[in-house]
Amino acid sequence: MAEVGKVTFELVSPQRLLVSQAVDMVVVPGTEGDFGVLAGHAPLISGVRTGVIDMYEGDAIAERIFVAGGFAEVTPERCIVLAEEAVPLADLDAEVIRARVRDAEEAIDDARDDAERAQPAADLEIARAMLEVAEAG
Amino acid sequence: MASLKSLRLRINSVKATQKITSAMKMVAASKLRRAQERAEAARPYAERMERMVQSLAQSVAGNESAPAMLRGSGREDTHLLVVATSDRGLCGGFNSSIVRAARQRIVELEVAGKSVKLFVIGRKGRDQLGRDHGGRFVETLDNIGVRGPQFAEAATIAETLSELYAAGEFDVCAVVYNKFKSAISQIVTFQQLIPFAADEEAAAIDLGGAIYEFEPDEAEILDDLLPRNAGVQMYRALLENAASEQGARMMAMDNATRNAGDMIDKLSLTYNRTRQAAITTELVEIVSGAEVI
Repeated sequence: MAEVGKVTFELVSPQRLLVSQAVDMVVVPGTEGDFGVLAGHAPLISGVRTGVIDMYEGDAIAERIFVAGGFAEVTPERCIVLAEEAVPLADLDAEVIRARVRDAEEAIDDARDDAERAQPAADLEIARAMLEVAEAG
Repeated sequence: MASLKSLRLRINSVKATQKITSAMKMVAASKLRRAQERAEAARPYAERMERMVQSLAQSVAGNESAPAMLRGSGREDTHLLVVATSDRGLCGGFNSSIVRAARQRIVELEVAGKSVKLFVIGRKGRDQLGRDHGGRFVETLDNIGVRGPQFAEAATIAETLSELYAAGEFDVCAVVYNKFKSAISQIVTFQQLIPFAADEEAAAIDLGGAIYEFEPDEAEILDDLLPRNAGVQMYRALLENAASEQGARMMAMDNATRNAGDMIDKLSLTYNRTRQAAITTELVEIVSGAEVI
C-alpha cells in the first residue's frame, strides 16, 4: 500500500509499464480538461487527450511525460493511465520527431484512399503535438 | 548389410541435419527471449485495460443503452473463432494443438446447434483448417508479426472484427491461441473478445461502495474503450502466441538434435563393425591363401 498522503501512479503503454511509483500529486490531461489527482480522490474513469502528464513531488514537478491519448482510472489509492504512446519529456528529440512528421506527411501523400490515410494522419497529429511539446520544453 | 560407403553417406547426412536443427534451436532460443520479454511487458496494459472495462461493465450492467460490444447482440447463434497460428512449421505440436482445439470447439458448437465461422491468422492454420473447414473461413491473414507482432496489426484485426460484428456477421467472437507458460509448456487458451467477458483472474477492485464518475460519460468512454480493448486483448494473444511458437520450436529442435545424435552414434557403431568385419574377412583370405602355398 502507498505511503500516507501519496497516490500510486502507474503509466502503462501497450508495449510496457513505464512508471509505477508513489507521488504526491499527478496532473493528467483529461478529455474534459486537466485534472489533478491527490490521495483519496473519488473514483473516476476519464479519457485522456494528447498532452503532458506532470508528476509532483512536494510542490515541484518531478517528471513530465508526454502521452498520446488514452484512458485514466482513478481510485482513492491509485491513478492508472493507459496511454497509446508515452515518452518522458527528457527523451523527446526534436530531430527524431521532425523525421516522424515528414514520414507521416509522405505516407499521407502516398495513400490511395481515405482508409489508408487514416493511420498516418493520426500519427501525424501525435507527432506534431509531440514536436510542439519538445520545442516548448 | 549396408555397404561401407552408403553408411558413411548416411552418417554425413544425419550430421548435416543435426547442424541445422541445433542452429535452429539456438535461433529459436534467442528469439524466444525477446518474444517473452515483449509478452511480459505487454501484460500490465492488457490487465489494467481489462479491469477498467470490467468496472465500466459493472456500472452499466442491465442498462439498455449499453453498446452492443458489451451487451452482446442478444443472440448466440453464430460464433466466430479467431484461430491464431504461426506462418512457419517445424515447431513441434504448436500449430496442431491449436488446430485440434479449434476443431473440437467447432464440433461442440455445431452439436449445440450454432453456426461457426473462422478467422484464421497464420499460414499453418489456414492450410490445416482449410482442408475440412475451408467453407467457414470469413477471413485469413498471414505474415503477421514477421518482426514480432506489432500493436498496429492487432488493432487492424480488431477493427475488422468490429466491422464484421456491426454488420451482424457473428454474435460471439473468441480467440484461440497458445498462452505462454514456459519454454516447455504452452496452454491452448480460448478468450472471448466480443461481447466483453471478464477473465476470472482479473478480479474487480472493491471501491467500498463508491461508484465511478465518468468523464465525458459512460457511453462515450465505452464506445472508445471497447474496440480498443479488443485490440489490446488481440495484441496480447498475438504476443503470447509468438513467444509460445518460439518456445515450442526450441523444444522441437532440441529433441531433433538429440535424436540425430543418437542416430549418429548407432550408425557409427554399425559402420565400425562392418569395417572390422571386412578387415577380418580380408585377413582370413590372405592367411588361408598363404597356407595353401
